[in-house]
Amino acid sequence: SPARELTQNPLQKTWEPYDNGLPAGHSAQRGVCMTNCPTLIVMVGLPARGKTYISKKLTRYLNWIGVPTKEFNVGQYRRDLVKKYKSFEFFLPDNEEGLKIRRQCALAALNDVRQYLSEENGHVAVFDATNTTRERRETIYKFGEENGYKTFFVESVCVDPEVIAANIVQVKLGSPDYVDCTNDEATEDFMKRIECYKNSYETLDETLDKDLSYIKIMDVGRSYLVNRVMDHIQSRIVYYLMNIHVTPRSIYLCRHGESELNLKGRIGGDPGLSVRGKEFAKSLAQFINEQNIKDLKVWTSQMKRTIQTAEALGVPYEQWKVLNEIDAGVCEEMTYEEIQENYPLEFALRDQDKYRYRYPKGESYEDLVQRLEPVIMELERQENVLVICHQAVMRCLLAYFLDKPAEQLPYLKCPLHTVLKLTPVAYG
Amino acid sequence: VLTMPMELTQSRIQKIWLPNDNRPALPRRSCGPQLANSPTVIVMVGLPARGKTYISKKLTRYLNWIGVPTKVFNVGEYRREAVKHYSSYDFFRPDNEEAMKVRRQCALAALRDVKLYLTEEAGQIAVFDATNTTRERRGMILNFAKENGFKVFFIESVCNDPTVVASNVMEVKLSSPDYRDCNSTDAMEDFMKRINCYQASYQPLDPDDYDRELSLIKVIDVGRRFLVNRVQDHIQSRIVYYLMNIHVQPRTIYLCRHGESEFNLKGKIGGDSGLSNRGKKFALALNKFVEEQNLKDLKVWTSQLKRTIQTAEALQLPYEQWKALNEIDAGVCEEMTYEEIREQHPEEFALRDQDKYYYRYPSGESYQDLVQRLEPVIMELERQENVLVICHQAVMRCLLAYFLDKSADEMPYLKCPLHTVLKLTPVAYGCRVESISLNIEAVNTHRDRPEEGKKGPNPLMRRNSVTPLASPEPTKKPRINSFEEHVAVSSALPGCVPQEVPSQLPGQ
Repeated sequence: SPARELTQNPLQKTWEPYDNGLPAGHSAQRGVCMTNCPTLIVMVGLPARGKTYISKKLTRYLNWIGVPTKEFNVGQYRRDLVKKYKSFEFFLPDNEEGLKIRRQCALAALNDVRQYLSEENGHVAVFDATNTTRERRETIYKFGEENGYKTFFVESVCVDPEVIAANIVQVKLGSPDYVDCTNDEATEDFMKRIECYKNSYETLDETLDKDLSYIKIMDVGRSYLVNRVMDHIQSRIVYYLMNIHVTPRSIYLCRHGESELNLKGRIGGDPGLSVRGKEFAKSLAQFINEQNIKDLKVWTSQMKRTIQTAEALGVPYEQWKVLNEIDAGVCEEMTYEEIQENYPLEFALRDQDKYRYRYPKGESYEDLVQRLEPVIMELERQENVLVICHQAVMRCLLAYFLDKPAEQLPYLKCPLHTVLKLTPVAYG
Repeated sequence: VLTMPMELTQSRIQKIWLPNDNRPALPRRSCGPQLANSPTVIVMVGLPARGKTYISKKLTRYLNWIGVPTKVFNVGEYRREAVKHYSSYDFFRPDNEEAMKVRRQCALAALRDVKLYLTEEAGQIAVFDATNTTRERRGMILNFAKENGFKVFFIESVCNDPTVVASNVMEVKLSSPDYRDCNSTDAMEDFMKRINCYQASYQPLDPDDYDRELSLIKVIDVGRRFLVNRVQDHIQSRIVYYLMNIHVQPRTIYLCRHGESEFNLKGKIGGDSGLSNRGKKFALALNKFVEEQNLKDLKVWTSQLKRTIQTAEALQLPYEQWKALNEIDAGVCEEMTYEEIREQHPEEFALRDQDKYYYRYPSGESYQDLVQRLEPVIMELERQENVLVICHQAVMRCLLAYFLDKSADEMPYLKCPLHTVLKLTPVAYGCRVESISLNIEAVNTHRDRPEEGKKGPNPLMRRNSVTPLASPEPTKKPRINSFEEHVAVSSALPGCVPQEVPSQLPGQ
């Protein structure tokens, strides 16, 4: 049979096969992370063990690398159903009424999971609830099997009373459940709530659960137990979970100082700093000094303008090629006017879908995200870091931290001579 | 406070911007993420035939490829040097005092070489490959590391499945120099008794209690389960990730380039041209070849350049396009012939021949950059089973260097001709490679290393933490000498051993 014709998609510049003028199958673009079956991630653990923290963070990461992911928090379903929370007594194991409602909520959430994964093109659903009994987990696992989902459990185990107390202060006192309570009343009630779960808690067991795929996180990441990782996405999830931490720190993002080409309205290239750019570099040095940051790491790209900026700081810095600005291909060093004149079609396409648009012989924002993933992973491992980079690159990094979707990413505001200081707080 | 004019110069080969150094040097700018600071000793733990040496060698190969200088120190090899002839498992009996002394000396000698490698030979990671099954032995190693400022990371392999153990013994032990004069049955019987000798005193790592403070990974049942404790830094995190992705299922990896392209015919490099007629013939021949291989579940990967995709199209199988597999970006030299480059960019042309691995095309890439970009491909190849990768010359060289443990120096000159498939099969501790030409004519795009360029790696080159080294030859000489015998009594650490080594070793 004759070979199918290849046509280059004008937006993404990818070669795709066509059969009699229609797009044909067999050719998949590999994104950052490939998934085949939808995956159901099931959180497991007593209250205040960081399940929601992990759910939200993991969801943010997966969405950023291009895996459509959504979290389903059963507590939220319960709040929607039972308008007013009275006390921990709702969670007593012998409270029949409470048990019925809680089961209803779990089923409603699973129903929404099914809709998301099977009808709305979701790839990963994170089922955020205590799921502390084997019985409950079996129900969920069966649900997964019936629908053709792979199930992966994430259990958080922590017995350190200080950590638990800190979690309660961070995220529980501000919960809608405790809007009419004092902090002391809320803490006392919440501790009793935790007790309600303890007697029936069945942790993931080496023998009884040996055929399940799971990761058990102990003591906020001191150690991990990983069982039967099934595929690429589970492997990536495990790697991510093993690299994140909760130590307070700040991440500073900024662009290089104004460059000679910025002055001329030209994009890309490898110019040096303008006079004002050098002034910025000096101000940045002063700002960093004043911040009095412990053990600050400084990262730059391998382009002259970020390195010159870092040089002004007088501290060690690391150059990362993957932090280089987006490659504008044939449009490198042109002004937007010149691009519009010489490549009017390209100019129009870019405005159509700025995230997926790839410059001819260049890159797209989508490509940038793939190349920046190791930077994000290392940023998660690190503590205080200053990243001196470029406009498109900074937008990608910012979108990760602020959970911005692909459509908004290329339009995030990252002006020159402005530092963004990011500090983790609560769930964001 | 600031008098720096921020003057930078771009290095000629690597195109890296560096400050004009008239100032006192700051401990500055590495050109890539710092992967490791303190040297690290990786300590293998486990009964015999649990895959310790397999893991040691594979991990070392990976770390060297991503540019972290790593070396294996296999205590068994030191023992074979010291005790010329292995007679039987009696050597390993716990009540054999003479042998225990020799074995301890071998461990100490290996540790001494570890110290040398990490402190004087620019090594970053040393893999100490021995059973290390007792707390006492591990305590000794921890002390050694502490005295020298090395980090320690334990890798324990635990496996009680008798089928796996027997299979390991068949695969790598029967052919060991120890059993050179035995038949398979005798060898197997002796080795099983050898394992027994260790069993009574085996104290597995206990991260829940006794070994709470140690950094370790326990690999259980050939990767079914992992227990990870206290990962300290980036490189340990990468090691854990790697170990969790490798497997031992038999499988085959096929590497080939796209069929001959229109640009190949014109002698032009780079670009995004389609297949020539001969290239199309190759694609059809590849289809036939793949069918004949009769593989279960073959995955096919291509780059995002037209020529690899056209080649894959002929296979009529699903394939995945990876941008990371695109050919090296020749920057300003894209779509030129080598003659045109020599004419228009004579200096660049010369620089490339001078140091082809580190050389970065202006506004383009180097082989060094390629390795960094290909690392996720390697990781995914490790996870997969049967895969055919249709790629490009420079890319194929990088991948091949990983599988065949070739150094940065050799990589840019590996032969990867058009219309030839390389079939890689894991075997014992390495990789068997078969070169299969599909007998379709094509131009030759290979350029040999120029005569004047044949020297060692340039020490001035900024290594950038992404500089593959081939795994160094294991150190054979045990350097056991009479001094160490006396000192050994007091649980000697290599640090206590006098620096002076007699020129005559006993038994030589």
